Amino acid sequence: MCATCGCDANASSSIRQIGEAHDHHHDHDHSHGHSHSKTIIEVEKDVLYENNLLAQRNRGYFDAKNILALNLVSSPGSGKTSLLERTLTDLKDQFTCYVIEGDQQTSRDADRIHATGTKVAQINTGKGCHLDAHMILHALQGMKPAEDSILFIENVGNLVCPAMFDLGEKERVVIISVTEGDDKPIKYPDMFHTSTVCVINKTDLLPYVPFSMEKVKEYARQVNPNLQFIEVSCTSGEGLQDWYQWLKEKVMLPQSV
Amino acid sequence: MSIIAITEKESAKHNAVQVDEIELEIGDLSGIEMTAFDFAWQQAVRSTLLEAAKRTISQIPGEGLCMECDALFPMQQLYEPCPVCGNHFISIQKGKELRVKSLVIN
Repeated sequence: MCATCGCDANASSSIRQIGEAHDHHHDHDHSHGHSHSKTIIEVEKDVLYENNLLAQRNRGYFDAKNILALNLVSSPGSGKTSLLERTLTDLKDQFTCYVIEGDQQTSRDADRIHATGTKVAQINTGKGCHLDAHMILHALQGMKPAEDSILFIENVGNLVCPAMFDLGEKERVVIISVTEGDDKPIKYPDMFHTSTVCVINKTDLLPYVPFSMEKVKEYARQVNPNLQFIEVSCTSGEGLQDWYQWLKEKVMLPQSV
Repeated sequence: MSIIAITEKESAKHNAVQVDEIELEIGDLSGIEMTAFDFAWQQAVRSTLLEAAKRTISQIPGEGLCMECDALFPMQQLYEPCPVCGNHFISIQKGKELRVKSLVIN
């Protein structure tokens, strides 16, 4: 159960490596012993301790293999998959890329990514509203990404819960489109607080919507003064070079030890 | 739900069959909506060893430290500026907690 919104995260999540016929279901068993005296246990344990532990394990895996892992978060429909489609097609000859897709149901997004020729795994969270480090761990086991590659993790479209779950990523990329309100950053501050870069998508629609580029940045900086911005349009291709430049810089960055 | 998993793990270490009390620490900036949490809790603890447990929640108010002027101030929202100098470079000192503090087992 997701502590943020109460949705049932563990109920029926499944992971599929697209192009292979294999479903992965996971159950947890717990056993209990017996005794009869009252004891106080000082637990002092973070509720997200298990997730954070697994996230660090993923992070170690990425570091060892020099994989740039990016966690893409946004509300539904802001263009995460479109941005990936463009990126994977345009950078095909420059980088080896992998994608993990997170959605409640269907493999529609993974099919779109698969069509670009990229290796992709689809995680269906069932009723769950976010990806967690445990799901990524299992997706990686089936995917076996190569060294010196880029792994894009497209989280479930949701500006709330995914903010709380570290997946082991190097950078968290929050995507917002100009058809959403420019006050999103302060309405959903957690997501903007935990991200390092903000991609503002659908800039080709700016003439038609009351969206202020200055305002969105001002609001976002109130929550996170270190946030970087990249303005793009996946339709017209405008600004995508800035996004590719950012990716290249991250790939070139010497590994932190 | 991780709280139940932690409880089950800790209880198993002590061979407990029932939890009488559970104490949680939840920070005001942790992103937990208490009404949603309460609603989820009732459903989640059913048929677990937390079903009859008395739940105590210590709510921890947010506290920010301004990176510019070193002012320490109470924080209700992530987008609040420093009340002294108006800066947004703030390090959150308290309020992000989401912990299982203690259990009383039988």
